[in-house]
Amino acid sequence: MRHLLSTKDLSYDAALTILDTADQMAAVGQRAVKKLPALRGRTVVNLFFEDSTRTRISFETAAKRLSADVLNFSAKGSSVSKGESLKDTAQTLAAMSADAVVIRHSASGSPQQLAESDWIDAAVVNAGDGTHEHPTQALLDAMTLRQHRARTEGRESTRGLDLEGMHVVVVGDVLHSRVARSDLWLFTTLGARVTFVAPPTLLPVGMGEWPCRVLFSLDEALDPAPDAVMMLRVQRERMHAAFFPTAQEYAREWGFTPERLGALDAAGASTAIMHPGPMNRGLEISSAAADSPRSTVLDQVRNGVSVRMSVLYLLLAGDDLDTPTDPARLQER
Amino acid sequence: MNDGTSVAGPPTGPVTARVILSAADIDRALTRIAHEILESNKGSSDLVLLGIPRRGYPLAQRIAAKIAATDPGFDAAASLGQLDVTMFRDDLRKNPARTPQPTRIPVQGIDGRTVVLVDDVLYSGRTVRAALDALVDVGRPRVVRLAVLVDRGHRELPIRADHVGKNLPTSSQEKVRVRLAETDPEPRSAEHADCVVIEAPAPGAGA
Repeated sequence: MRHLLSTKDLSYDAALTILDTADQMAAVGQRAVKKLPALRGRTVVNLFFEDSTRTRISFETAAKRLSADVLNFSAKGSSVSKGESLKDTAQTLAAMSADAVVIRHSASGSPQQLAESDWIDAAVVNAGDGTHEHPTQALLDAMTLRQHRARTEGRESTRGLDLEGMHVVVVGDVLHSRVARSDLWLFTTLGARVTFVAPPTLLPVGMGEWPCRVLFSLDEALDPAPDAVMMLRVQRERMHAAFFPTAQEYAREWGFTPERLGALDAAGASTAIMHPGPMNRGLEISSAAADSPRSTVLDQVRNGVSVRMSVLYLLLAGDDLDTPTDPARLQER
Repeated sequence: MNDGTSVAGPPTGPVTARVILSAADIDRALTRIAHEILESNKGSSDLVLLGIPRRGYPLAQRIAAKIAATDPGFDAAASLGQLDVTMFRDDLRKNPARTPQPTRIPVQGIDGRTVVLVDDVLYSGRTVRAALDALVDVGRPRVVRLAVLVDRGHRELPIRADHVGKNLPTSSQEKVRVRLAETDPEPRSAEHADCVVIEAPAPGAGA
């Protein structure tokens, strides 16, 4: 694995390797010394052309726990606001010998452009591009689902566990959501079934080929209770057209209301409630749901750091593989 | 750490394999190591055994069971752990990334106690160096000792083992494979359920 651009082209084995490694990275957070020397002397650049706090902080924490040096670059207050192109920015970073670039951009496909061009010779991690993909979010969601599965099935370890047979309902703005797309590809690869629930106005064209079921009614999707419900954020900054009449109507039809929570509890279901954050309380998720024991929101944040440590480690370890080594040495690895 | 599942290695041509230690030999070596550990620690108080994955851990388990059989005061479960060294290796950039194994430290911790690191094969000493670094991040033991099943020589660092199952002079062209029932379940004869094998390029094979 040289770059992490999408979950669509991530193989089953690669996904499990990332998750198994992330499990071990999580243990580092529990120790007295919360640092590993694996990326000592390497430089990771957070290149954020779009606002983000939690993803950037999560990547920064991950890189620092692996002892890498971190450069934060945000478009605001940088030369980008003076009109510098992605190419020139990338070449500037290359001149500073960055080993990995974590990029978030409002244009779908910009991480791929960066990875395939010869502007910079670094590992590229997609931290969200337009309405395309957000692979590390999907990986942390998969890690959370895996933990949920191990808990409900009474397993001791999640190592090697996939999502075979699980049913995940993803609710909300599928049209604009890169998280929904990345989740769909990764969960499907790992064996889970995905149902999208959204108002018809918030579904993209061409979904017919996606390996998922589409419903317009949340109550229909919650009966029988799925293993997990992922509430997508209503992205107010992208709501430029009239996608739904009022916030109240959205909350009533597609929000996780206290009534829906009550119905799950009454049915005795083990359904987990997930949210990629930041939450709009009272809109797509009620406070009762967000603060219930079913909510995995904080687990997701914690797993975010572990998954990103795992990805950075797996991308940057072994990048000198082409350098010839003494073959006799290879046994003693 | 001698990873027998690794595909990397010298050009794979015809090899001759020779069993050096059988299951009974390994068992006797581990019994002796268990007694040596008790002797040098003057008993089993404050003793912690940490196995280095993958094959160091089952060896540490067996040594702990033998110590417990000799000294009923020794709580094998509370004094046994596993220490993963993957993230501390000095060759991370030169080799494909490996999935780290869990690190499990006994709940009492290792501060002020005697830690015995257990591994299968001692070769360059680089795994042990990584283990010493990993240990620093976990706590500050009073003493750290090293027990290995096989010492095959060719050290690259000033590291030596305190307890050795067998000293095995080897050529660097040879590979030493340790097979244990726990980690290598492929069928073998009962006599060789656990074994140590030397693989050498067959003479005249041009390897």
